[in-house]
Amino acid sequence: MAMTMVEKILARATGQKTARAGDVVEPKVSLAMSHENAALVINQFLEIYKDTGLKPKVWDPDKIAIILDHRVPAESAKTATNQKKIREFVAAQKIKKFHDIRGDEGGICHQILPENGYVLPGTVVVGTDSHTTTHGALGAFSFGIGATEMASVWALGQVLNVEVPKTIKVVAKGKFGRYVLPKDFILYLIGRISAEGANFKVLEYHGPAIQKMPTSGRLTVANMSVEAGATSGIFPPDEETLRYLKEEAKIKGPIDIFGPDPEAEYDQVIEINVSDLEPMVACPHTVDNVKPVSQIGRVKVDQIVIGSCTNGRLDDLAIAARILKGKKIARGTRMLVFPASFRIYQQALQLGYLADLVKAGAVVMNPGCGCCLGVHEGALGDGEVALSTTNRNFKGRMGNPRAEVYLCSPAVAAASALTGYISDPRKGGK
Amino acid sequence: MAKVVLKLGDDISTDIIYPGRYMATVLPSETPQYAFADLPEFNSKLRSGQIPPGSVIVAGKNFGCGSSREQAASCLKGYDLIVVAKNFARIFMQNAINLGLRLVVCPEIEAEEGDELEILPDKIINKNSGREFKVEPLPKARQAIIDAGGLIAYTRQRLLARAASRKKV
Repeated sequence: MAMTMVEKILARATGQKTARAGDVVEPKVSLAMSHENAALVINQFLEIYKDTGLKPKVWDPDKIAIILDHRVPAESAKTATNQKKIREFVAAQKIKKFHDIRGDEGGICHQILPENGYVLPGTVVVGTDSHTTTHGALGAFSFGIGATEMASVWALGQVLNVEVPKTIKVVAKGKFGRYVLPKDFILYLIGRISAEGANFKVLEYHGPAIQKMPTSGRLTVANMSVEAGATSGIFPPDEETLRYLKEEAKIKGPIDIFGPDPEAEYDQVIEINVSDLEPMVACPHTVDNVKPVSQIGRVKVDQIVIGSCTNGRLDDLAIAARILKGKKIARGTRMLVFPASFRIYQQALQLGYLADLVKAGAVVMNPGCGCCLGVHEGALGDGEVALSTTNRNFKGRMGNPRAEVYLCSPAVAAASALTGYISDPRKGGK
Repeated sequence: MAKVVLKLGDDISTDIIYPGRYMATVLPSETPQYAFADLPEFNSKLRSGQIPPGSVIVAGKNFGCGSSREQAASCLKGYDLIVVAKNFARIFMQNAINLGLRLVVCPEIEAEEGDELEILPDKIINKNSGREFKVEPLPKARQAIIDAGGLIAYTRQRLLARAASRKKV
């Protein structure tokens, strides 16, 4: 039987020859990731063991990763106490893939996992974060789950009662134009199929434009696949995947890769010619409210955010630095930069990108999620407008239901910083 | 009979149900206070006990889209609300089933605040309009978890079964 990428992965993870969309399976998990919500996972994990006479012990401490990133450094005593509880649990259970608030190895979970070689192609990865879809960029079946479900994984090493999802094949042809980026591609796709267009399904990416896309861009596309409702976004691994894993994630030894069968059955096939795309903007308050930047009109921006798990990688910061170098951010507009990890922060420091950004007027923050989800480090005022390279623009997202968030690429964000209005980077920041 | 206490549109995100700024609060015993915190009128009705258990929220498509935060399910479970929507986002639906929050998938539902609904396994009858709407079953993959009364109980059963089979060997 011909299988899609996810069917093949789930067949392997269940020790069966085949898996077919609709089957109910209980795959073995290769990596189980949590962040600050590990505090709730711990609570539910202990609850499972209550009155069983069994000692609460995670199934495999080497397959659990915990990264503190959502509220770092702690914005409140409550968070700090939760983080302390997590550190104690990590030590007691001997969990080694733990990334604390540190300038040498900390960062946002969706960058920490790939850059440390924690994710391998063909494996099952789960995370207590909806953007766990990110790791499909490396050819894993990677999806978000809730805290109680993670507690169950910690206990059993399996995800229980998973229905093998159907797959939508996305074929990208053509060549990206100047200042048209992977972010524009995924925003376009979400706008086309809607915020629920891939609900309960997997988006599998193919085509010449995907083969040429670097892993950093694939991480952006997989990250936002969940904004079309997808269980996961997945890139069949190729030469670029192997390059990333060996050169950047420093994996030594052989890496086993496989793709879907050519005759696999897809729910639907979507073709996109990326040559036709222009920079895109998702308007408030849904991610599928997408328009080309040329149709946006004059929108004054109070806060610009570049970074996050979506667009805080080195090439994202490089584009922003190139556009802003030697220039000044418009008065009345403020700009915050969140590198995706401290490894990237250090690289951007050495290459001079951070200096270019700061001299232009940007504020470089520590890697973290606080601003994007409205916890701290960049809340919006009543009636204010943000333009952000992050992944969500829901009402209340940046901490204020009386503010508006637009989403875009780092090129659009940087060009707009110069004018103070949403601007097209291809016009040289008018 | 169940009364509709809140009517919402499409794409109600977890940021609306449980704003991110309250995510440091994790325990199911503490999350209900922040349910729909950015809809202050409804939130205050909930907190002051004006909404009886078994009341219904009616929503459009893609209810619970966005974050995987389980608080969005536990805060509603705390008031024993029932959510009737045209469909649900995947992670929210799974969290709800795992925690025992009652969801009803009803693709054609039409109801207004104040309407009384009779919720049956295969249909919903709106007593005010007299109209009936077909109910779709929840994913069959999750039935065992529903039957066990939630994922904690279900995992506990599985864990004990595993420990027992090890002992036998």
